[in-house]
Amino acid sequence: MTISPAITSPERRPLRLPGLLPWLFAVLVVGYAMVVGGYAATVVSFALIYAVFVTGLNLFMGFAAQVSFGQNAFAAIGGYLSAVLTATYGWSPLPAMVLGIVAAVLAAAIVGYPALRLKGHYLAMGTLAIGLITYEITVEWQSVTQGYMGISGIPPFGIGPYEITSDRGQLILLSLVVAASLFAAARIRRSRFGRALSAVAGSEEAAVALGIDVARYKLAAFLLSAGFAAMAGSLFVHVVGFVSPEVFGLHMVIVTFTMLYVGGIGTVVGPLVGALIVSLLPETFRAFKDYQDLAYGAALILLLIYAPRGLASLFSPRGRS
Amino acid sequence: MSLAAAAKTDESTAAPMASTAPAILAATGLSARYGHIHALHGVDLHIGEGELVAVLGPNGAGKSTLLRAIMGLSANDGEVRFRGEALPRRDPVAVASRGIVLVPEGRGLFSPMSVSDNLELGAYRLGDKAEFKRRRDRVLTLFPRLKERLGQVAGSMSGGEQQMLAIGRALMAGPKLLLLDEPSLGLAPRVTEEILETLGLLNREGLAIVLVEQKAPLALELAARVYLLSLGRIVAELDPRDITSHDDLARHYFA
Repeated sequence: MTISPAITSPERRPLRLPGLLPWLFAVLVVGYAMVVGGYAATVVSFALIYAVFVTGLNLFMGFAAQVSFGQNAFAAIGGYLSAVLTATYGWSPLPAMVLGIVAAVLAAAIVGYPALRLKGHYLAMGTLAIGLITYEITVEWQSVTQGYMGISGIPPFGIGPYEITSDRGQLILLSLVVAASLFAAARIRRSRFGRALSAVAGSEEAAVALGIDVARYKLAAFLLSAGFAAMAGSLFVHVVGFVSPEVFGLHMVIVTFTMLYVGGIGTVVGPLVGALIVSLLPETFRAFKDYQDLAYGAALILLLIYAPRGLASLFSPRGRS
Repeated sequence: MSLAAAAKTDESTAAPMASTAPAILAATGLSARYGHIHALHGVDLHIGEGELVAVLGPNGAGKSTLLRAIMGLSANDGEVRFRGEALPRRDPVAVASRGIVLVPEGRGLFSPMSVSDNLELGAYRLGDKAEFKRRRDRVLTLFPRLKERLGQVAGSMSGGEQQMLAIGRALMAGPKLLLLDEPSLGLAPRVTEEILETLGLLNREGLAIVLVEQKAPLALELAARVYLLSLGRIVAELDPRDITSHDDLARHYFA
């Protein structure tokens, strides 16, 4: 017996055009910032850095349906290592960033191996602790991190002697990094590994009973997620030129969670859409002055009521693709 | 806990038939607990090669726990041997890789994924493409309805179709022993019958099956042997031909 392709193929890619709308939105926003430059470029640059972080968070929370309130720890490791190596020891940004990512993934492996035995709320609390501990370290380890003072004079990215200092140059660089990240996420999603993560997300017990090594895949997703977080942390310090503990504090956890859920958890484009919208919304509500936060909060609530799976899911035929 | 004592009393019922067929699975003194609550007390059972054994019992008797304990999904004590080799205790992945596959209670489908993806995940550990195709064709022949729904999201199918998919997915793993936890749960009688007929067919082809059920009459039709489980203990091991009426079965529970 053979399976006729006519049965399997039509469901694969229905409604192509609506699925492209979130991408179109993202391209328009980034394009606008590129043309206008200045403040808009700065806001969108930060959004793109967040998009890298949230893409990683999405691997762990969306694809594998786990929870981590502590990925900011890995952003801090990546960011601080980049900052210290370049500002204090005169490394160039790229190798510093690579080392930062390696260190963060190693730290994630050491922490994740025991922590990922936890489930649900316990995993949430455990990972939250990882973030809080890392924050304390960045505050207290003054000889290296300079505490609340922070580290300044961090060089920007560059190729050889040429440094990318302009708003537009950084925007282009970040766009490329985000594009590569999303491409990687899309590839992971469709890979064998990605399907195993979906199985873990669907039913851990059923996956295990089929011989899928759930613990290993969870750890792998956690490590990947930490790698993205570290990259985002490193990007941040080189774009801003300064780092202090607050950058990777609890605020980052809240903001990135909002981005993930607003954009569409479990989707590929969701993290980018969420990062852009959550970064831009407060700006658009500036006219409300004192009520800016109120308007922002109300907008988020409305979004989550009318698009509970995130904006990206509105345009996809299935909730999770 | 008097585990040893419990195991002894069970031995008297389980031992006589143990020598009839070479066992694909033999459990001795298998206990399981959830936290401090013991759900299974020193159960002894054996499944012969190619045998279909039914485990019957009321709600809360420990039927699901028994299957979970065999898989190593719950904290357990005692020994489980698969074709003579001791199974690891708390390592379901290792148990599954030996060829014991569980169709869990409530099916445990990957509901947002398509039927086709679910089947594929069943054979996740299989590297051989030709064998994959062979198994998939086999499953789709056994359950032609799945073939019509390959692209459909698993969670959107009817209960019966979902159960077929759950069994199909388990078959994709190439089981040597299939553990089924109440496949008839919530299904219309006709669908249940269809599914059980397929299980009978698989069994006649040589697949060993442990069928946990609450609906006794259906299971009795298929099973070569029946274990009655009550309050975490095996209270009787029966030949289904000896059970002619519901009263008969009830008598064994209360004996």
